[in-house]
Amino acid sequence: MTKRLLVVLSLLLTAGMAIGSQVSAADKVIKIATQSPLSGDQSAVGVDIKRGAELALEQLGGPLTKMGFKLELAPFDDQANPDTGVANAKRIVSDPAILAVVGHFNSGVQIPSSEVYHTSGLVNVSPANTNPKVTTRGYLEVDRIVGRDDVQGVVGADFAAAHKVKSVFVVHDKTAYGQGIAEFFKQRAQEKGMKVLGFEGTEEKANFDSLLSPILAGNPDLVYFGGMYPQASVLFKQARERGYLGMFLSDDGYDSADAVKIGGQSLLEGTGTFYSTVSGPAAVYPGTKKFIEDFKAKFNAAPQPFAAQGYDSMGISLKAIEDAAKANHNKIPTREAVAKAVRALNDYHGITGNFTFNGIGDPTIAKYFVMKVNSADPAKWNDNPVVQTLDIAPPK
Amino acid sequence: MEVREIFLSGPPMKRYLKSINLRELLRPLGQMLLFSVGSTVILSAIVLVLALILDKTVVGQTLFERLNVSLFTYTLVNLPQVAIDGLTIGFVYAAIALGYTMVYGVLEFINFAHSEIFAVGAFVGVEILIALEKYGALSGASLFMAYAYLVLAIIAGMLAAGGLAVAVERVAYRPLRHASRLVPLISAIGVSFLLQDMIRLTESLTTGQFNRIFPTFGNFDHRIILGRMTMGATNITLGVSIKSIIVIVSAVLMLMGLNYMVNATKIGKAIRAVAQDHPTASLMGIDVNRIISLTFLVGGMLGGAAGVLYALKFTRIDPFVGFFPGLKAFTAAVLGGIGNMTGALLGGIVLGMLETYAGSFMGVFTMGAAGTEYKDIFAFSILILVLIFRPQGLMGANVAQKA
Amino acid sequence: MTPAFFHTIAKRLEQGMVPYILILAHMALGTALVYTSPRSNLAFLVLITSFFSLYSLNADRRFKFVAGAVLTLLIFPVVGVRNIFYLEVIFQISVFSALALGLNIVVGFAGLLDLGYVAFYAVGAYLWAFFGSQQYYILHFAPGTQPSHLPFLLPGDTFYLFIFVAIFIAALTGILLGTPVLRLRGDYLAIVTLGFGEVIRVLANNLDKPLNFTNGPQGITPIQRPTMPQFAVDAFNELFSKIVGHTVSPADMYNVMFYLFALAIIIIIVFVTRRLDDSKIGRAWTAIREDETAAIAMGVPLVKMKLAAFAVGASFAGAMGVLLAGSRTFISPESFSFMQSIGVLSMVILGGSGSIPGVILGAAVVTILNLQVLQGLSLYLSQLRQTDAVIPIIHFAWANLSTQLDPAKYQRLLFGLILILMMIFRPAGLIPSQRRKRELASDKAETEE
Repeated sequence: MTKRLLVVLSLLLTAGMAIGSQVSAADKVIKIATQSPLSGDQSAVGVDIKRGAELALEQLGGPLTKMGFKLELAPFDDQANPDTGVANAKRIVSDPAILAVVGHFNSGVQIPSSEVYHTSGLVNVSPANTNPKVTTRGYLEVDRIVGRDDVQGVVGADFAAAHKVKSVFVVHDKTAYGQGIAEFFKQRAQEKGMKVLGFEGTEEKANFDSLLSPILAGNPDLVYFGGMYPQASVLFKQARERGYLGMFLSDDGYDSADAVKIGGQSLLEGTGTFYSTVSGPAAVYPGTKKFIEDFKAKFNAAPQPFAAQGYDSMGISLKAIEDAAKANHNKIPTREAVAKAVRALNDYHGITGNFTFNGIGDPTIAKYFVMKVNSADPAKWNDNPVVQTLDIAPPK
Repeated sequence: MEVREIFLSGPPMKRYLKSINLRELLRPLGQMLLFSVGSTVILSAIVLVLALILDKTVVGQTLFERLNVSLFTYTLVNLPQVAIDGLTIGFVYAAIALGYTMVYGVLEFINFAHSEIFAVGAFVGVEILIALEKYGALSGASLFMAYAYLVLAIIAGMLAAGGLAVAVERVAYRPLRHASRLVPLISAIGVSFLLQDMIRLTESLTTGQFNRIFPTFGNFDHRIILGRMTMGATNITLGVSIKSIIVIVSAVLMLMGLNYMVNATKIGKAIRAVAQDHPTASLMGIDVNRIISLTFLVGGMLGGAAGVLYALKFTRIDPFVGFFPGLKAFTAAVLGGIGNMTGALLGGIVLGMLETYAGSFMGVFTMGAAGTEYKDIFAFSILILVLIFRPQGLMGANVAQKA
Repeated sequence: MTPAFFHTIAKRLEQGMVPYILILAHMALGTALVYTSPRSNLAFLVLITSFFSLYSLNADRRFKFVAGAVLTLLIFPVVGVRNIFYLEVIFQISVFSALALGLNIVVGFAGLLDLGYVAFYAVGAYLWAFFGSQQYYILHFAPGTQPSHLPFLLPGDTFYLFIFVAIFIAALTGILLGTPVLRLRGDYLAIVTLGFGEVIRVLANNLDKPLNFTNGPQGITPIQRPTMPQFAVDAFNELFSKIVGHTVSPADMYNVMFYLFALAIIIIIVFVTRRLDDSKIGRAWTAIREDETAAIAMGVPLVKMKLAAFAVGASFAGAMGVLLAGSRTFISPESFSFMQSIGVLSMVILGGSGSIPGVILGAAVVTILNLQVLQGLSLYLSQLRQTDAVIPIIHFAWANLSTQLDPAKYQRLLFGLILILMMIFRPAGLIPSQRRKRELASDKAETEE
């Protein structure tokens, strides 16, 4: 019985594998992998990073296709789990056709996975990992297009200082992303002479009552949230319901039309709601508006935060591959050449900024916009006005 | 059959039932009042004593420097609002916990998929409201119609969740009824995963959305101000939002209805009989399978209603929304004594109160070293403590586990 | 095809030299396939299943031992260095086998449902992460704000010492948790262990203040590894570089090294588990699992025996935690979620609770399914979508397939479905334990009477 079962099982598995294993062996194929959580409770953002990249491959792959290459996307699901991420990374590096990885939403997955990319010389352009350690390890293969925690936290605090904020209450979502930004916000806010009335982390997604009691008791001028909009907007809405009239400020995880769907009119009351983002208005980055329209047309949904960064990461990868291929007489370049080409890019015009990378793979200057939520209508999210523009270089 | 009829519906019984009706209807109300007031008083006393002690220490000084108010005053001023908040979430937990406890009472089995049944209820309710909003019915609806739509959404959520619970039982649990204890549990975990992704798949194929938002209509967001207090430089308002009242009232009504059904009707008697002993109950002419299905239906309906109420209170839902409330409600059920309905009620209220008190005051009492983020740990630690001293839970009967 | 036909074939397979030839042929075929097409999942699967034909076919124990050693100590590492993805899969199978074997003692032998098993894994991992990194020197810094260029607290070679320390500490944690709660009934124990698992994860997430022990959600990195002796790298290169096709770097050798560590721990666990299972303690566990009341009546020291199961199970997880921290050089709370506990539990149940080969098979099947099959399927699907391929008969272009229907996106759905179907159709697992088998047989005899 056991044996027969084993035979059947191995047959089944092998059948499954047979399908999964056929890899087109054409020598002119270039693949670009994405890694992000496509399943589980972080899939909303993870899927849209992949979609952003997919859209970019479609729209920006032209030059490479003209050179006779066939471009393919190889999407991987890291399940927001380091073990899966590392295993996928090893699978990715063992496929010689893959020349770049766009990826990872969680710094906790990116850091161990990029160790693998590093040993194989495969370039990884990160759309969302803000942890300073991502780049401070000094790997040639790791670049990112988002601002670091110690940049965006500073942006928020400087904005608050410019608006004469005297006291703040800092909340974060207990993820590497949210807490990182919040720590640096707090640090900078104290330097600027603001009174930090509280610094709290919460994994709670719905019921913020017990957090609101200390916030209301302190009645700060500003509540800062480091994290993503599904939590931030619910917190803001509940705070307004409890009678808080001060200012709300959040980070680029807040940049989604859904934020106002959750918060509604309450975001506009009091001193209003603000968020810092790299996706600027159409006047500065004309691509942004078109991106959102194309994205909606293709996937029938508004892009989540970091979808635009996914698009730009793919765009940068494609441009670097193109440059490296040209240098290699229109043949498929080596991985090392691609990694160097990313670093060599000069003023790449994307939809979330113009990118030039410094020696460790951070963008030399991060251009941040602080936006004000201006309408309770989700359709008008993209018309939110810029309140302040800040250019900040990452610490060396 | 004859025996059963004499037992359950003979004329003397009828008279007896009539006399018991009112008492059974009101008993849970008294219990709820007792539990709510009791836990509020006990917890408030503990917190106030702590505040008095800490007031003289560096903790009190730190707070005074920051807000210019003594720790005791701070605690006293914030206490009523914290109690209201705790009660609201406590009733949500209690309503979900009842689903766990009913199934456990009848089958001695933890229905892990209950949290997803809850989520399905929430999704159905919210989808209906979103459809109504698109159709234009919600904006400008009169107050009466707004409540009618809400009731419609709750009923739809109940029906969907109840139906789903019955289907799940039929497909995934019934074939395993005589297997060892772990087997249906693993199957339930499987169902839980399956349903999470089914919701996600359905949503992404139809609407393409991950987060669904409860539409804004009616006067549910309005907050009734009960009082104002001055504390140092700031004003603290004490109030309760209409939606919190709706949540509490609906939960109370459901609990009363359920209690009445189980303790004062023929069906309830059959449920209790099945809970005590399947073979004997079936010898008495009770269709055990039907009663088990019914238990799942009722538990699922409660879960579904709780789902819609949860969406109303907290606005945003996603396919994985059930996990945390489910876990908490499960904890509440065990805390109160799983299998015991009054226990689930008590457990829910106590747990909701505890975590709200802990979350609200811990940050101040520890000078920011440990804040809201520990409220879940607090809930679990209390659970472990209670179980050490009362292994059967607060109200559970001390019976040996069925083999 | 009647069952009798299969029966004859099965019998034929057990006779004379046939099993030996089959095993060797399977191993040779697998090795050859992997050698010729180093990136084919199919080839790798043929190779890895040869392990199970080795297990299931009837052959001399000494032969099996030697063949198994050749497979695990020679073929797997060499093949794995050629394609590091395979080594990673084998490594993860080993890690999860060890975890599942540890949990198997608690769930399969003693019948105690533990829903927070990864807590002990986390204890081991954070133990080495703290002492094997620079974390000690940033106790007073908020996460992310520490200065660079700090020294390490302990040298990397204390890693070996910490495997033993972790065994001890994890067992201690198990006893500390177990002492108060093991008096509880089964289902209560489940929720308490679940709560404990969450408590450990939340602590790992939050103990970055007032003193920064765990670095919170940012995780601890870099974590040291034991030094890799240069002669080992040279020797490996000397022997195998021709087969591998490139010179092996120390980084590759680390992968091999941690795989071998995991393997060694598995062998120890299997040995300990088997000895325990056949001992007085093992029988006491079985008695507790089957009927607590009867076990007490027979004089089984209930709490002591349950504690023993908890402690032994926990200690294995602790050791694997150190190994994980060392191999990844990075640890964050994300690795120790409730999902991970459930994953390990389903490996135990799927493979066959209480059965050592079953549990290992369960770990292998789940890991392969998760890392290779489902990912492979969805990669294939996305590839099809990017081509002009059309499904022949119904003329459906793959490109029109909704992007929502992506197997990788719905792994949990498939996983849930597999769990349900397994429980309905094969509740004792893929390879039921010998004891369960005997029980089922006697049940059958009773019903037939």
